[in-house]
Amino acid sequence: MDKRQLLEQHAKTIRCHTLDTIAHLGVGHIGGSLSIVDILTVLYYDQMHVDPKNPKMPNRDRFVLSKGHGGPAVYATLALKGYFPMALLETLNQSNTNLPSHTDMNKTVGVDMTTGSLGQGFSAAVGMALAAQLDHAPFKVYAIIGDGESQEGQIWEAAMFAGNRKLDHIIAFTDYNKMQIDGEVKDINDVSPLDKKWEAFNWHVQVIDGHDVMAIIDAIENAKATPGKPSMIICNTIKGKGADFCEGDPGSHNMPVTKEMASKAKERLV
Amino acid sequence: MELKNRQLRDIYVDLLLQYAEEYPNLVIVEADLMKAAKTTTFYEKHPEKAINVGVAEANMIGVAAGLTNMGKLVFTHTFTPFATRRAFDQVTLSVAYAKLNVKMVGSDPGIMAQLNGGTHMSLEDVALMRSLPTMTVFEPVDGVQLAGMFKQIIDHDGPVYIRLLRQEFDPIFEEGQTFELGKASPIKEGTDVTIIASGIMVQEALDAHKMLAEQGISAGVINIHTIKPIDAHAIIEAAKKTGAIVTAENHNIINGLGSAVAEVLSENFPVPLKRVGIKDHFGEVGKKDFLMEKYGLKAVDIVAAVKAAIALKQEVK
Repeated sequence: MDKRQLLEQHAKTIRCHTLDTIAHLGVGHIGGSLSIVDILTVLYYDQMHVDPKNPKMPNRDRFVLSKGHGGPAVYATLALKGYFPMALLETLNQSNTNLPSHTDMNKTVGVDMTTGSLGQGFSAAVGMALAAQLDHAPFKVYAIIGDGESQEGQIWEAAMFAGNRKLDHIIAFTDYNKMQIDGEVKDINDVSPLDKKWEAFNWHVQVIDGHDVMAIIDAIENAKATPGKPSMIICNTIKGKGADFCEGDPGSHNMPVTKEMASKAKERLV
Repeated sequence: MELKNRQLRDIYVDLLLQYAEEYPNLVIVEADLMKAAKTTTFYEKHPEKAINVGVAEANMIGVAAGLTNMGKLVFTHTFTPFATRRAFDQVTLSVAYAKLNVKMVGSDPGIMAQLNGGTHMSLEDVALMRSLPTMTVFEPVDGVQLAGMFKQIIDHDGPVYIRLLRQEFDPIFEEGQTFELGKASPIKEGTDVTIIASGIMVQEALDAHKMLAEQGISAGVINIHTIKPIDAHAIIEAAKKTGAIVTAENHNIINGLGSAVAEVLSENFPVPLKRVGIKDHFGEVGKKDFLMEKYGLKAVDIVAAVKAAIALKQEVK
């Protein structure tokens, strides 16, 4: 199996467990979880220097899910990587769970920042990258923001600051799935042209297919090879990617998912 | 370090410089008010440790949270309204909820924004910050108290909001006096009533104490510098001893020191209470004396409140 096939296999497995996790509860942020799975796959299975047995390793790469509602995909990835038992996935949003709707570093092993109010995680990720820059540390801070989230002013406050600081310790992704809760991003308050915006804020910008694992790897390698600039990788993605019942549907932001829906979707995936 | 006859911001920056030696991870994060806070002095010595994000308070708090998450000891500086209401969701989630230990300074509390006027007078900052779980709210009265508390603030495992006067202050405490985070500082003994005051109102309380003594009324004075967690024990003991309480604060009387004291009293040892403070309205442009007089924050206002509290006490009897 070559690298692409191997990573695509991991992505399928993460998608299946994300579907199961949400279907076990019966409702959840399925659309924006599935759209980031390929990015998570590349980060955790190819690019990030992390050790599930030593989750607080000082010089590990960090990951911040600024669009914290994609938690279920992160939890599936972390469980598959061995940060915690797979069985824990069934506790998503149950009383006293360690897997809350939005990622929380004080509850979940392997989560590097608490997020949930949009715009804030990205700003904190910039602060984390700044700490790495001040310490001349060898690691990167990876962050995923949403396209709807890019309507938040705080994203651009942080973008301006990171660009001016030449903060090359951060490599960020926009999950550009073109959908938000109330409909299509272009109809509600369009964020395009995203590439020109980030370029104007002095970021190194790449636009790729966010479901092509090899393209994601290449983009991260390019980012690493571009010193003196923070990197934004704009990933064209599909909300609900891989789940036939909600692919490309803005209604998939937070929707009921039955076990039957999940198992049918899984059959198509594998 | 000279702790009197100086502006409080100069003492504060000296403390930052002093502790930057002991804590090499100390970093300050600014939002274009370094000249106002005089943290420019810190910048000159440690340019790499003074981060200015520009006029972007939400990002200031986010960046501070991120730095803290990576092990930095972070102080942020801006005016009180921008430190609290402007960035309140960031303070709530990225700092308090995320359990990140950021020390946030808001300068020129309440009416002390003076000529910056109503837009810059946060008369609700204590209300906001004390309603956040894990948050400590600290308002030093003078240089001695600020210096005496600084290391405790650094070492406190949790976020702290410091309500800091920038300029001249009334020297209340003598050098060598010790202070404890979360513990009230008693200043004057009294038997008829206890005045509990914070910040600039401590001097007014002491003036009121003198005026009342001349009229045969014995008023104790306690300074509460840590508004949260509040020293419930000291408040209850004062209520037991004097049977009436007056609070004095440079803040809206809703949800500030007076409310915090009222909560303690009514749940533990209810006695008559009168609150001196800003009576639920916005601020405006003005110098300190004008505003204190207009808003009823002078010693005479405390005297009147004391008499009302004592009258209530007698009525209850």
